[in-house]
Amino acid sequence: MADETLDASGLNCPLPILKTKKALSKMDAGKILDVISTDAGSVKDIEAFCNQTGNKLISTTEDGGKYVFTIEKV
Amino acid sequence: MSDNNKMTIIATKGTFDWAFPPFIIASTGVAMDKEVTIFFTFYGLNLLLKDTSKLRVSPIGNPSMPMKMPFGPKWLQKIDFGPKIPNVLWNIPGAESLVTWLMKKTMAKHGVAKIEELRSMCQEFDVKFIACEMTVELFGFDKEDFIDGVEFAGAAMYFDEAASGDHHLYM
Repeated sequence: MADETLDASGLNCPLPILKTKKALSKMDAGKILDVISTDAGSVKDIEAFCNQTGNKLISTTEDGGKYVFTIEKV
Repeated sequence: MSDNNKMTIIATKGTFDWAFPPFIIASTGVAMDKEVTIFFTFYGLNLLLKDTSKLRVSPIGNPSMPMKMPFGPKWLQKIDFGPKIPNVLWNIPGAESLVTWLMKKTMAKHGVAKIEELRSMCQEFDVKFIACEMTVELFGFDKEDFIDGVEFAGAAMYFDEAASGDHHLYM
């Protein structure tokens, strides 16, 4: 289960990434963040973000245009 | 921080539409652990003004800009009026304000951040803003008109910032 949830629904690039960064910066290492987004571009973007920042993308799920990214903070 | 973690952007344009790329790239860069500096010169200085309400998008001589209605019936929203409207009509007083207003509406509808929001996020994430001192004087800007946290310097400082990075963009 996620420790925190960030709802970025309705927001467009680059806001989901910026808000994810902000949310993660307030969390301790090892904690889990769920990011909800309706921006299709965020699928590749969250992956790239985790790639560059070292945070771990545990899973990506999609349900009717709504994406949920589960990220573990490093 | 390692060298390839630094990036610089030279921002030279001061219209409403061109305010977005430098702030979007810079804020995303810092979010991804890059150290980012933006050097604002010539018309780009307008992006640092406290009052951004005067930024406009110009439909004149802007043939690639799609012009679609952000509201109304679906068939209407699909029409691109850009190529249909002769340039001469954009000289009518108020045309530029109308187009700027429509672009703001379109952006709000698509959940695009406002300029001020992106700019303050850049500052929150420690993007360094440098205003070109020479062009500040050249265009008669008053330093009081700019937001807090801006450094004033010249091209040499840009090179000093750029020297240790390997990712540099001109916008």
